[in-house]
Amino acid sequence: MIVRLAFIAGLLLAPVLYRLASGEPVALVVTSRVPLLLAAGFLVGLGSVLGGGCTSGHGVCGTARLSKRSLVATSVFMVVAIATVFVARHVLGGQ
Amino acid sequence: MQIIATFASGLLFGLGLCLSGLVNPAKVQSFLDIAGAWDPSLAITMATAVLITWAGYRTVFARRVPLFAGSFQIPPSSGVDARLIAGAAIFGVGWGLVGFCPGPAITALSLASWPAVVFVLAMLAGMVTARQLVAHRRSETLKSARHLSS
Repeated sequence: MIVRLAFIAGLLLAPVLYRLASGEPVALVVTSRVPLLLAAGFLVGLGSVLGGGCTSGHGVCGTARLSKRSLVATSVFMVVAIATVFVARHVLGGQ
Repeated sequence: MQIIATFASGLLFGLGLCLSGLVNPAKVQSFLDIAGAWDPSLAITMATAVLITWAGYRTVFARRVPLFAGSFQIPPSSGVDARLIAGAAIFGVGWGLVGFCPGPAITALSLASWPAVVFVLAMLAGMVTARQLVAHRRSETLKSARHLSS
């Protein structure tokens, strides 16, 4: 548990260090629509635990190990994510 | 030592996310928006990351055990099942809807982004729900196995 918190601590310090080192703020443009954030967050949480990984877990680490599970999972979420953006932006016309 | 090494790993990962723009949902969604104003640059980021990880793994896994722990913790590589595919699909929808995934979302908390806070809270709820689902399925499977054998 402490080890996991150490990882998260590292993640949280990163933007601070980046800002200090580069002198530039980190660009972040994200929706402010709360229902969307809640739905997306919930699905990402549900999906990453159920699927046993995410873009870094399956997409980078698993793919680098040539894990069949990760190659399948990565292909699935890439296609689905692209389709989701397509529907949201070009079919439903949202942003 | 394991704590320090893990912290350094998280820090490096976070810096990479900031540098590449993977922390920025707008950039991620542009990468996913192949029919619109498509920004393919994140593909180079991911490809490079995979390549470097692959090279790193060759060094790391040449050892029998890791430096600061008793054994490597490697997820299973085979056994593609419905849960994996369903999980990946669900993750894909969530990722496409906003452009955040777990690492970037947590990193963004440091940028005082309130949308990131909302996202992370919902993400935690989703993770807990998934664990409950998996635990429930496991106990149901055990129950029916016991029933069959009695």
